Amino acid sequence: MQKLLQAVRNTQLWRSVFRHGYPDTPRNRTLAVLSNTFLHLHPVKVRRSGIRLSYTWCMGGLTFFLFLVETITGLLLMFYYRPTAEYAYQDIFGMREHVPLGIMRELHRWAAHMMVITVWLHMYRVFLTGSYKPPREFNWNVGVILLVLTLLLSFTGYLLPWDQLAVWAITVGSNMARATPFLGHEGPGASLLSFGGLNFVHAGDDARFGLLAGRFVGEGALLRFYVLHCVGLPLAAATLMAIHFWRVRKDGGISGPL
Amino acid sequence: MGESLKAAIDWLFQPTIYFLGSAALLAAVLYFRKIFSRPIWMVLFFSLGSVFLVWALGDPDFKKIMTKPDNVPIVILLASVIFLSWLALRQAVLNDERTKRGEPTLEAELGRKKVFTWPDLVYTEFICIILFTALLVIWSIEVAAPIEEPAASARTPNPSKAPWYFLGLQELLVYFDPWIAGVVLPGLMIVGLCAIPYLDTNPKGNGYYTFNERPFAVSFFWVGFILFWVSFVILGTFLRGPNWSFFGPFEYWDLHKLEPLVNVDLATYFWVDLLGTPRPDNPLVREAPGLLALLGYFLVLPPLLGKTLLRKLFAQMGFMRFNIFMHFLLWFGLIPMKMLARWIFNLKYIVGIPEWFFNV
Repeated sequence: MQKLLQAVRNTQLWRSVFRHGYPDTPRNRTLAVLSNTFLHLHPVKVRRSGIRLSYTWCMGGLTFFLFLVETITGLLLMFYYRPTAEYAYQDIFGMREHVPLGIMRELHRWAAHMMVITVWLHMYRVFLTGSYKPPREFNWNVGVILLVLTLLLSFTGYLLPWDQLAVWAITVGSNMARATPFLGHEGPGASLLSFGGLNFVHAGDDARFGLLAGRFVGEGALLRFYVLHCVGLPLAAATLMAIHFWRVRKDGGISGPL
Repeated sequence: MGESLKAAIDWLFQPTIYFLGSAALLAAVLYFRKIFSRPIWMVLFFSLGSVFLVWALGDPDFKKIMTKPDNVPIVILLASVIFLSWLALRQAVLNDERTKRGEPTLEAELGRKKVFTWPDLVYTEFICIILFTALLVIWSIEVAAPIEEPAASARTPNPSKAPWYFLGLQELLVYFDPWIAGVVLPGLMIVGLCAIPYLDTNPKGNGYYTFNERPFAVSFFWVGFILFWVSFVILGTFLRGPNWSFFGPFEYWDLHKLEPLVNVDLATYFWVDLLGTPRPDNPLVREAPGLLALLGYFLVLPPLLGKTLLRKLFAQMGFMRFNIFMHFLLWFGLIPMKMLARWIFNLKYIVGIPEWFFNV
């Protein structure tokens, strides 16, 4: 058995993938991190203080993990979902009725809720350890935008089941845009933007209209939210995450006393 | 006995007592942090909490609101926020004691040593991921994702609630118009969060838990996050029913619960009650008292405080930082002030110009 394993490890195929032996020596442990695309997000060595669970709560890492869960389950859900008023509800309902043991939608929804919570807790931890202080000011800002993107991802996804819960939650949420100062037709100052009794800002062109592609939550909003949820926001979040992780490294790794 | 206890809990949870009580509790925890950072409190909290949950879930109204599928994460949020806040406070107290004795903080002591990412960090991450995967799979098998009736734009459910993470903002709609609660305050919150590293000039407390070295910053974030965000989310989710009326955790969501609307504008108080004249027609004259109060609050208060009470802070921060900081702080302060004014004076608007949708 040992011999067989040895033989496998000596094949050109194995050696082309793994360029080091089992990581139980300092050299191989270094190589394990350096030669792996994903692990090389980490430095080879880290401060003992920075990796205690009671210090980091692992919330940033879990947020990233949940983002990956969302990407994979979301991709699978996209195979079975058509973002039109005619089919959306049926497709979601069908997942419950026709897929035995199907939990893909559940995984997607509960992981999304957890991701909102882990982002908040990550931010809470970063604040309480003062980790936004120099030299990490910029990365804190990237983090704030990632927080907003997480909430927007969750918000756009909330509409897609196209049931009463979804449509009315988005109606309540997007009604706020109607009250944007100057840009919403019920916002302060909007009535000042008129010329000869003609309003420039009205229900057919204000901030809410832009958000929903219509005067109410209808088919236009469904398509818009779907595209943002599946393509636009994940791309933006992934880009900012790359910056976020890169800057963690460049700013000295997991924070610790200077 | 059970019924009277439920009635007492319902009474305790009405917004005024709930909010002021949470604020008092938070202040007590931070002030007596040495006592509250003992592990016994977490043992007590989780054991009593479990006993309470088992008992309370026997109540049909309590069970209905707690076990709504989308409300499960909020129970997780509550438990984790309480536990992690305690954990952070405990480490802060221990570190502050170390500093007092002249020893390095725990982080500084451990930070001298470096360890290999593989295996020390990788296995922690791996275990966290496994545990979370298990949690998600079990949760997904146990609780089906909600799907209600097909969308119908003609039938409005009552209550209509935003997604749970925005319910804190929806709760603010009780006190403010949508342009403040839904646009200005969230906008300021995002910008304010971004501004934190540039406004906090205190170099201490970078990379370790502490309270004594940055008491204001830590208290401020605790108040903002726990009192004004998490507790508002809980209020909006569990305690707001049809017509956004208040319902205790054991109360039946009665569609016809009456809540008298007796709120009065500041202008009415000023012109009608104080001067005994009818309200003037010109909105600017009518709202002059409220407008002057707001102008004074936002424009006179910061320089006044900078010259008197907060002179030290002003000198430390400089003109720009101080003024920007004060404006974020004053907007934030507007929330509890308006809440208190509503509860004590039934104040509706400080400035109410519905002609221009300008109501504060």
